Amino acid sequence: MIDKSVRELSEDLHARRISSEELTRHFLSRIERLDPRLNSFITVCEERALAEAREADIRLAEGRAGPLTGIPYAHKDIFCTEGVKTSCASRMLDNFVAPYDATVTEKLKQAGAVMLGKTNMDEFAMGSSNETSFYGPVRNPWDTERVPGGSSGGSAAAVAARLTPLATGTDTGGSIRQPAALTGITGIKPTYGRVSRWGMIAFASSLDQGGAMAPSAEDAAFLLGAMAGFDPRDSTSVDRPVDDYLARLEDDIAGLKIGLPKEYFTEDLDAGMAKVLEEALAVLRGLGAEVREISLPHAHLAVPAYYVVAPAECSSNLSRYDGVRFGYRCENPRDLEDMYKRSRGEGFGAEVKRRIMIGTYALSAGYYDAYYLKAQQVRRLIADDFRQAFEEVDVILGPTTPGPAFRLGEKLDDPVTMYLSDIYTIAVNLAGLPGLSAPAGFIDGLPVGMQLVGNYFEEARLLNVAHRYQQETDWHRRRPPEFD
Amino acid sequence: MEWEAVIGLEIHAQLATKSKIFSGASTAYGAPPNTQACAIDLGLPGVLPVLNREAVRMAVKFGLATHSKINRRSVFARKNYFYPDLPKGYQISQYELPIVYDGWLDIELGEGETKRIGITRAHLEEDAGKSLHEDFQGMSGIDLNRAGTPLLEIVSEPDLRSAAEAVAYMKKLHALVRYLEICDGNMQEGSFRCDANVSVRRRGEHRFGTRTEIKNINSFRFVERAINYEIERQIEVLESGGAVVQETRLYDAARDETRSMRTKEEANDYRYFPDPDLLPVELDEAFIEEVRSTLPELPDDKRQRFIEEYGLPAYDAGVLTATREMADFYEAVARVCGEPKLAANWVMGDFSAMLNKENIEVGDAPVTAEALGQLLNRIRDNTISGKIAKEVFEAMWAGEGSADEIIETRGLRQITDTAAIEAMIREVIAANPKQVEQYRAGKEKLLGFFVGQVMKASKGKANPAEVNKLLKKLLSEG
Repeated sequence: MIDKSVRELSEDLHARRISSEELTRHFLSRIERLDPRLNSFITVCEERALAEAREADIRLAEGRAGPLTGIPYAHKDIFCTEGVKTSCASRMLDNFVAPYDATVTEKLKQAGAVMLGKTNMDEFAMGSSNETSFYGPVRNPWDTERVPGGSSGGSAAAVAARLTPLATGTDTGGSIRQPAALTGITGIKPTYGRVSRWGMIAFASSLDQGGAMAPSAEDAAFLLGAMAGFDPRDSTSVDRPVDDYLARLEDDIAGLKIGLPKEYFTEDLDAGMAKVLEEALAVLRGLGAEVREISLPHAHLAVPAYYVVAPAECSSNLSRYDGVRFGYRCENPRDLEDMYKRSRGEGFGAEVKRRIMIGTYALSAGYYDAYYLKAQQVRRLIADDFRQAFEEVDVILGPTTPGPAFRLGEKLDDPVTMYLSDIYTIAVNLAGLPGLSAPAGFIDGLPVGMQLVGNYFEEARLLNVAHRYQQETDWHRRRPPEFD
Repeated sequence: MEWEAVIGLEIHAQLATKSKIFSGASTAYGAPPNTQACAIDLGLPGVLPVLNREAVRMAVKFGLATHSKINRRSVFARKNYFYPDLPKGYQISQYELPIVYDGWLDIELGEGETKRIGITRAHLEEDAGKSLHEDFQGMSGIDLNRAGTPLLEIVSEPDLRSAAEAVAYMKKLHALVRYLEICDGNMQEGSFRCDANVSVRRRGEHRFGTRTEIKNINSFRFVERAINYEIERQIEVLESGGAVVQETRLYDAARDETRSMRTKEEANDYRYFPDPDLLPVELDEAFIEEVRSTLPELPDDKRQRFIEEYGLPAYDAGVLTATREMADFYEAVARVCGEPKLAANWVMGDFSAMLNKENIEVGDAPVTAEALGQLLNRIRDNTISGKIAKEVFEAMWAGEGSADEIIETRGLRQITDTAAIEAMIREVIAANPKQVEQYRAGKEKLLGFFVGQVMKASKGKANPAEVNKLLKKLLSEG
């Protein structure tokens, strides 16, 4: 059952060969059995999931079902879920039960998908290794001494170990694509504004975007299709119809123009990664794609610009966690200032505090022009680079990460090295473009991914290219051996 | 040494939208604490603001009415600071690109003199909640009903030179926002409040002195007193060789003084930056023209028209156009009775006196403009005298019916029958031989006495003009 695609599972459900309740029980039992080794869930919603499954079975029986009805999924604990704890993996929100559903939650509910539980993540989505969670690190199912990547590490690990067929994620600087690459699954971050941010707890508002994580591009297309769409409650949501991702999966890619940024393919690129990408390109050429070199001259400025913009926005977004109305409040505050200081000091972890401090500094009087304003200018240059590149090519291909998953603890005390693990993904967020990571091979027995970047609202094309690639390869079918 | 005060005002006008500026919660005043605060107003994790279009429309309306420029692209920014009644830890405001800028307003200084006061900018922002420190024994209560209420912050140029000018400007703005129906102007409820920036300098000096800011003054009287106190205080500091400290001060109405709240050094660094949750507000010409078409006649234009169209003195025109309700009422009365000056006298006189006496607004008066106009018609067609009309008006106010009904039931119809008046005059002459003798001897002042006697005899119903005419005739006949 765990090797079946969402399409196959959906067909089985519609044909009543299996019930959603059976399917849900199956994945719940896998979570119970295997997740203690991964720590990929913060909350498992057993009873609620079974109730949703039975409801889905009624819809299936009555012919009121859609393609996702009855399909289980795991929800990143950054999306608000009415009546279920939404912690953002922070002590600050350990006691927070959202009184409302995120738009994404609502849409998946309406689609009839069954929420198995809420997945672990880096605290407030700040991290690239899933080690900053208040609930402890998530482990990579390919090697449990290694990180799964972050911040959507719980979702990635859960999908990789097939504890769920699908999972949601969010991506501010690579938080869907990087963990997808490091756990051997497919992850897509759509164009900024494609998926509503209403009810998705903010890290950096101008960069945050929800997306889909699944074994294959086809599976991800099912999930993204249900998540995407205009939402009047999110002013940055774009009022534009959602493409039919599934209908376009099989499109011919002969003549597709693939751009390779010369700035990524230098001698600094890991040799193993270079080889993986070469083989992937050979497959795509075999399908008729043309490859040419392009330039993203400001690529090297992406990480520094990001580490001004994202912390600046985060320092403001996280001001609401003050111990006054909800969330963590310290014991016996002496006065207001003491309450603020200790509630925030005790409620937030080290990485969150580091970013709040960086962001506060960057926005301070006298520094704003030199940091925040400059970073916004760099951001425009980066977006212009992509705009020019897309005049010549249809998609841009490169590595998702510099290399495979690193060991737990390896980079935790070295934030700059940690930040550089998102070096290939960050520019995409700064430009607001859609990006996808697909499994492309292994280095030393660990999965790595290739990243495809498309022009604005070209999600269908990215899924199409990845799907055609996956029809020729089986990297996305490989499963970590110890999680049968 | 001659000193000159330099004053600029920042006025917060609460916009009269039904819902909040970034959420659908109601803005109605006076509901039980925290019953009008939704997830967005509470700043819950994951919520997002969506701009209330009506607030934008009102701000544009204000801009057009003050000859201001309207930014085709304005930007919401976050003003970051911690306070328990500020749910998100930042206030959404406008900073570098306000929606309205560079306008002006003329104020009247008396004796027909006017002064033009520059409006630097007016920007949209959300209000914070309220902290309640009294009722909770060592703790504070937070009421977030007000959080997210739309405000228009109107910043003047430092063009004001006295407390009196500041009050005149504030009153003018107050009338204007009510004319435009963008703010109810209720100062007790905090719908219209003022911060004053005050500095002094030696007359002739071009540079500004160090200023202080007096926060949250909520009445015209307090603005005048607070500014005057502050001017005196600063002059005293400077004349005794000290220096004014740039700081924020609070006006204590009970003690009639301002005192230091925080100095520049203690001031927050608000770390403004564009709010990434909101797109820039882009306005096109069509929208602006559409708003322009909804502009009512503005107070200054109306005043000028009253002078020209109704032939009113400037003073009367000013009083009658002070509020839109009063102006509308006056025009209705004038239309019904067809005599603008008579209508003006009555609206400014007896009618306004009753409003003041009962402390009510024009709209709540028990006498409608139509009814008052009908009463004035009875003066014009000599059915009653002006004096009797006052009695009728009071009865109308008390709810006794229309002017005609009251005149009828009380039998107040004026006596114009010459024979009847002559008869009364003859009786008065017969009853007062001594005064008649004096009058005939040249003491013509006594005519008033006779008029009074005749009017008394007629219970006020005799036509005074007729009485005068006949009295003179009969007294001189001898």
